[in-house]
Amino acid sequence: MSTTTVSPDRATTFDLDGSWRLHPQVALRPESFGALAYHFGTRRLSFLKDRTLLSIVEHLGAEPCAADACAAAGVAPADLPRYEQALATLAATDMICPGAPA
Amino acid sequence: MTLLAPPPRPAKLVDQFERGLDAPICLTWELTYACNLACVHCLSSSGRRDPRELSTDECKAVIDELQRMQVFYVNIGGGEPTVRKDFWELVDYATAHDVGVKFSTNGSRIDAKVAARLAASDYVDVQISLDGATAEVNDHVRGPGSYATAIQAMEHLAAAGFEGFKLSVVCTRQNLGQLDEFKAIADRYKAQLRLTRLRPSGRGADTWDELHPLPHQQRELYDWLVAHGEGVLTGDSFFHLAAYGDALPGLNLCGAGRVVCLIDPIGDVYACPFAIHDEFLAGNVRDPGGFQHVWRESELFLELREPQSAGACGSCDFFDKCRGGCMAAKFFTGLPLAGPDPECVLGHGEDALQALATGAPAAKPKPSGDHSKLLSKRQQREQAVTRMPDKACDESPLAAFPILQR
Repeated sequence: MSTTTVSPDRATTFDLDGSWRLHPQVALRPESFGALAYHFGTRRLSFLKDRTLLSIVEHLGAEPCAADACAAAGVAPADLPRYEQALATLAATDMICPGAPA
Repeated sequence: MTLLAPPPRPAKLVDQFERGLDAPICLTWELTYACNLACVHCLSSSGRRDPRELSTDECKAVIDELQRMQVFYVNIGGGEPTVRKDFWELVDYATAHDVGVKFSTNGSRIDAKVAARLAASDYVDVQISLDGATAEVNDHVRGPGSYATAIQAMEHLAAAGFEGFKLSVVCTRQNLGQLDEFKAIADRYKAQLRLTRLRPSGRGADTWDELHPLPHQQRELYDWLVAHGEGVLTGDSFFHLAAYGDALPGLNLCGAGRVVCLIDPIGDVYACPFAIHDEFLAGNVRDPGGFQHVWRESELFLELREPQSAGACGSCDFFDKCRGGCMAAKFFTGLPLAGPDPECVLGHGEDALQALATGAPAAKPKPSGDHSKLLSKRQQREQAVTRMPDKACDESPLAAFPILQR
């Protein structure tokens, strides 16, 4: 198993205005600390260390862009950069992928 | 005006995991005690099938439960799991029910056809066991011909285009000098190298003294792992080495009964794959309430999720890093669970073992079940003549002692 810990404080860039969704081969299991995300294709397990991050990921598919998903999850503007970085990590490991909203 | 406090920093993940989750992160499931090999360090003392092993339908019921609990994948082992007639049926059933499979095998059933089938599936991963980068070192532990079998399986997987399967090595005194060679073999077949810790469990209890790495080898292993970073998998099994410096990649904690567990071939649920002993038996999947009830309610698992006593390790500056090491390693070497690991890098484990040896003789716990094949007198004689090659690293005066003798 490969594991990644995704907390809202890793430095990378991410297209917040783009449309994103959970990768179709990824399953989420909510936990008190956040969630487990497992990618059946890459067999990679990620730990989402935050319930807000889980909420953002759950909103991705239903919102036109990632920034809107963050807003829907109640992310304050001051916290946005931290979540942007977490989303960048999830994108880099194929946990989320570009895609049209449902 | 209301001032908002900054959001509290989330607790460390490791602390959360130590208190347990509603479902395991992953679990090991040994499908059968039958095996065509008789490795001298076998964790489950496998060899002969147990007549009480779970039926196909019972296995499927377990998979249904794992799907409901969102256990995303299982590590299937044995024994040699592929000798079960329903092995592929169960793999297909699991992947069709959102339970990914990684199975460990000695490679004896991985022919070209099987390799092609495996390469075509995203949801199945394979782990080939090899405990020596040369036939000499490997076959001493895993038996004659087992090196050639594993290499051939890897050739089939590579030819079928299966990239990223795992080459799994249990680190021993005899093979730790071969880490670069193991890496080269893995690279040659586009596999990923996975190194795990030898445990004194199962038949490993009898061979531990001759196989477990020497202190200077542990240091070399740690440095090698640090140099190779996340490119080499470890099953997070070397957290007892963290006191050398920075923690190794992965979860540095004992997940037994908290985030991992073992289901054995007859459905018994143990805290971890290295702890097949009544002390660590939580229940059975055939009990009312099934696996979920054992995981969530068993007395043993609830107890393991309580804060554990650090015992003699409590005053150690490095306790936060190694957390006292491996429960099973302590238990099967006769050490108290609240105290140092037998391979504590500061040497406290050796001291404790020494004290144990000089004190009143106490029987070391024996594994609860033994499914080893019964050897004929002739087989015993054949095995007894096997000797380790003379190696520069053989420092012990007992180095030439035949570990295969039982």
